[in-house]
Amino acid sequence: MKRQIPLAFCFLFGIAMIFTQFSPHSYSQAVYKEVIDWGLIISPFAMVLAVVTLIQTHVTRINLRTEHWQYSLIVFVGMIVMVLIGVPFGPQNSIVEWLYNNVQVPMDASMFSLLAFFIASAAFRAFRARSFEAFLLLATAMIVMIGNVPVGDLVWNKVMSWMPWTDGASWLRQWILDVLNNAARRGIILGVSLGVISQSIRIILGIERSYLGGGD
Amino acid sequence: MEIIGIWVAAFLTLCIYSFLYRDNPFYRFAEHLFVGISVGYIIIINIHQGVIPLAWEPLSEAISALWAEIVGTTTPETRNALWGLFRILPIAIGLLFFARLSPRHTWLIRYPIAILIGFGAGVAIPNVLQANIFAQTRGTIEPFAAINAGTLSAWDTFGAILIAIGVICTLTYFFFSVEHRGPVKWASKVGIGFLMIGFGAAFGNTVMGRLALLIHRVGFLLNDWLGSFGAFFG
Repeated sequence: MKRQIPLAFCFLFGIAMIFTQFSPHSYSQAVYKEVIDWGLIISPFAMVLAVVTLIQTHVTRINLRTEHWQYSLIVFVGMIVMVLIGVPFGPQNSIVEWLYNNVQVPMDASMFSLLAFFIASAAFRAFRARSFEAFLLLATAMIVMIGNVPVGDLVWNKVMSWMPWTDGASWLRQWILDVLNNAARRGIILGVSLGVISQSIRIILGIERSYLGGGD
Repeated sequence: MEIIGIWVAAFLTLCIYSFLYRDNPFYRFAEHLFVGISVGYIIIINIHQGVIPLAWEPLSEAISALWAEIVGTTTPETRNALWGLFRILPIAIGLLFFARLSPRHTWLIRYPIAILIGFGAGVAIPNVLQANIFAQTRGTIEPFAAINAGTLSAWDTFGAILIAIGVICTLTYFFFSVEHRGPVKWASKVGIGFLMIGFGAAFGNTVMGRLALLIHRVGFLLNDWLGSFGAFFG
């Protein structure tokens, strides 16, 4: 009972979403919209659970006075300030927008830009053309990076001036992206999509039920 | 307020870049603040774009309509709003997520998870079929109609043939139902070559994307922040 009813719900919602998407009838479209809304109502509760888990983790850190526990207070300050202003007044509130534009966005961009240094450092240490495949990866990455900046075409026009093409670096980059990279990506997308469909069918039919966890 | 915003953003940007030297209190402060602010923002967006318009408003309208029904002031609009009472069901299902907090009732969390997974699987099948399988296959085959009509240049014809070979060989590499021997082995080897080129291009694009962000942040520090010194110090 503890497993069969959730499996039946999974089947019903899965089948409802498939059939209603294929049928243009107004009832079918109404059911489709209603089920989409149900999904959008249920999923924020999962987010609440995630927030509760985050709070529990940081409260434990503060209670046990683990290393750097003081920073857990900063998490709470950021979260409480944002929630206290944003929940009653909405995301369009000027203070929420100020916090978003001057605190969240700069830190988000800085965090991701920090990865440029680590990727460059890791690439410098790990990139070695030890095999033909590794050479292909290395050469493509170099061409794509050089073709992305104006200096790439400048160097091409100086060094390869005997060739009939100008701005060859950016042209070669674009050709690699449009043809060779496109072929590989299509192969991957087709493979992954077939996997997603087969897994979805297994889930809807109740063959795949590991998401229910162990126990009764 | 704008100047203060620039200085706060600059301080936090420098706090994060201080990690390039080594882990330090400034970085840890910015990192934890980022987590707190981001979680807070996600809560706001979920409430204002999910819970309020989809659950709270239909439900409150339905309760008002129910009251109108009781006191006898019903209209066709209020009767229609009564359907909003059904929104109690997804709210109740969503609340079952909190069963996770009680060890005796943890199993109840299977209901919302099963519904969300079934919902996701049902949405995925038609969309993935349409957007990925049909569209990608059509994109690979369609240029051959243009080749047949003679409207494609020799260079583009070469590109179209190369894409078709690449897609078939890449799929062959992922095809494990037959042993990779003979022609299958060679097709699979060509597929690995295409995959390596694809990974190389993805790597190159990722690095350049991160560098673009870095240039943007450095531009902000040099232009906006340093440019604000005059205004800030009078």
